[in-house]
Amino acid sequence: MTGTAVDLIWLAPALALLGFLLNGTLALTRPAAKTLVSVIGVGVLAGAFVVAVLVFRALTGLHPDEPLIFRYWSWIPVGTLQLDFAFQVDQLSAVMLMVVTGVGSLIHLFSVGYMKDDPGYARYFAYLNLFVFFMLVLVLGASFPVMFVGWEGVGLCSYLLIGFWFSEAANANAGRKAFIMNRIGDFGFMIAMFMIFRATGSLDFDTVFLHAPTALVARGSTVTAITLFLFLGCTGKSAQIPLYTWLPDAMAGPTPVSALIHAATMVTAGVYLVARCNLLFAMAPVSSAVVAGVGAVTALFAATIALKQWDIKKVLAYSTISQLGYMFLGVGTGAISAGIFHLATHAFFKALLFLGSGSVIFAMHRAYHHTHAHDDAQDMRNMGGLARHMPWTATLMWIATLAIAGVPPLAGFFSKDEILTAAFARGGAEPAWLVFWALGLVAALLTAFYMTRLMIYTFHGPNRSGEDARAHLHEAPWIMTGPLVVLGVLSAAGGLLNVPKLYHGGAWLEHWLEPVGKAGAALLPEPQLSTNTEWLLVAIAVAVATVGIVGAWRLLKPESLVPASKAPEERGFARVLRNKWYVDEIYDALIVRPLVWLSREVLWKRIDQRVIDGGAVNGAARGARALGWANRWLQTGQVGMYVAIFVVGVLLLLWRAMS
Amino acid sequence: MLTGPALAISAVLFTLGVTGVLLRRNAIVIFMCVELMLNAVNLTFVALAQGLGLGGQVFVFFVMAVAAAEAAVGLAIILAVYRHKQSVSLQNMNLLKDG
Repeated sequence: MTGTAVDLIWLAPALALLGFLLNGTLALTRPAAKTLVSVIGVGVLAGAFVVAVLVFRALTGLHPDEPLIFRYWSWIPVGTLQLDFAFQVDQLSAVMLMVVTGVGSLIHLFSVGYMKDDPGYARYFAYLNLFVFFMLVLVLGASFPVMFVGWEGVGLCSYLLIGFWFSEAANANAGRKAFIMNRIGDFGFMIAMFMIFRATGSLDFDTVFLHAPTALVARGSTVTAITLFLFLGCTGKSAQIPLYTWLPDAMAGPTPVSALIHAATMVTAGVYLVARCNLLFAMAPVSSAVVAGVGAVTALFAATIALKQWDIKKVLAYSTISQLGYMFLGVGTGAISAGIFHLATHAFFKALLFLGSGSVIFAMHRAYHHTHAHDDAQDMRNMGGLARHMPWTATLMWIATLAIAGVPPLAGFFSKDEILTAAFARGGAEPAWLVFWALGLVAALLTAFYMTRLMIYTFHGPNRSGEDARAHLHEAPWIMTGPLVVLGVLSAAGGLLNVPKLYHGGAWLEHWLEPVGKAGAALLPEPQLSTNTEWLLVAIAVAVATVGIVGAWRLLKPESLVPASKAPEERGFARVLRNKWYVDEIYDALIVRPLVWLSREVLWKRIDQRVIDGGAVNGAARGARALGWANRWLQTGQVGMYVAIFVVGVLLLLWRAMS
Repeated sequence: MLTGPALAISAVLFTLGVTGVLLRRNAIVIFMCVELMLNAVNLTFVALAQGLGLGGQVFVFFVMAVAAAEAAVGLAIILAVYRHKQSVSLQNMNLLKDG
């Protein structure tokens, strides 16, 4: 206990949990009490945000070198494993705390408008509050298992919210897909935990990182295996190659859920984990290269798919996967502050983009509802020219688009540039990083292109919604636009968090996170770049962003688009991209079908039907019958015969007893 | 350390489980009550392991493994019954009844 506001840290998750309990009770007892549900749902989050601010301010005053640990109770005492349920507050978890509660509050507020007419309103807020609780446990946990509780809990809430409208089979399936893909990653996380415990004898973060340099051999196979298994967990939770395919399908959930869980917070848990374990990753250069490489490849790969998607949310989903790739490139390079910086700015602009798309879908949906049309309210081919009807949403989404494209001086420019610069700097010693840098740069070009494409097709050119629907297109109510404005300001000014020294800035976030990353940073080569090189890199990045935006503006012709129902199929390479490189189909052919075949043809038809049913069950019955049949001749009905057998039996027994 | 309260909770859980099995008619609810009983026993094992050594904690893992297998088989049977009778209520499962 520190005697400051940091001691209040337990209050943040406790408030969210209280919200879940109250809203959950209301959902079961009186689901129509929407006002009360809104007050509780948003209120607890606002309260948690206030706690977060107080904790953050107190922490700025202390600025401790070591994490502050708050032990609440003994959780798993088994032999040498003595695990407490404990929270830890340090600079990294404080940043995550602010992002989760801050962006979370805005999205809760937006949801009040977006979900207004939904019959599952109370259930929705109960799940959303529960999600925030688990997310806070994840970022505050002082040991791997406590973090894992949050890690699994957010996965559960993600599943519940993806399948929120579960009466449609596609949504329920999307939820299951997310859950199962995440199980594969969780398996990696658990194996990593077992190995860590075996190597260091502890699972508390502070003890593990204290003992790691002596208990583990740097560059050794153990630490490499541990970090690779941890990263497998990250690829599941943070949607990286090869486990990313659940995230685009997760768009089946309500749009604010996509903003909160599948863009701003939960999917960044993997980045947080790598940043938290930066010491371990620094000790395993192979794993670091894998993290950075997978991140860079994912960034490019997902960006190519985003080029040809028509569903506005699918574009944003692939964009999220791509941006998460950047974060992994950052933390894999060892630039913890750059990765976390991008995590924070991405939370601002991607939450804004998702909520903006939510406003658009809300408007389209209402317009189609009025006209009784059954067109797809999410397909960009049915939109166009919406800027005239929704000027606020259009303007704010343009800010976010320019931010994600990396246009100075918006938030994304600083954070993305910092990651690319760090990768380039490490390329001086290890050339592999130059390849990662180049991949990241191409991905940046594509990012600028597909985001401009999204904006042009949605907001500009002629409207394709149909005559009747057009009259009903309106801006969303203020309770939805308000959070967008706040996020717009953050997207524009978020770069101020960490203005690099190149522009004579204070690089606040970098200094702030120094105590968290110093153990790992000590093992890595000091990046050396001359000021001229840095300026050159900045110039390249800005040029790339400009080419992407202007190129999209010039090349794409919204006038020639036709509504989705009349659109022709794509051909050639565009078709490959439209079908997401057929990755789902490949997974289906390589993994799902062989597994189904094995279960059906071998396990069911051979082992279950023939060996177990045929051999064991029916075999036992048949054996009993055969025995009865074989001994039937004894049952003659002649008493003399029975007595004879009886006498022989007694004699045999006596003879056995004598000898 | 907290053995008394843990045993008390375990007793309450176990009683709830037994009551549920005896009183409810829905096969899935009964199934959940059986799980409740298993976990009540698990809790007893863990609580007593505090004073009596690690054997109890190890045993819990065996119970969990058996419970998982039991859950798989039990749910499969319930599904099969549902497909057959379009119901999971035990009242409708009286094929073996005389007459």
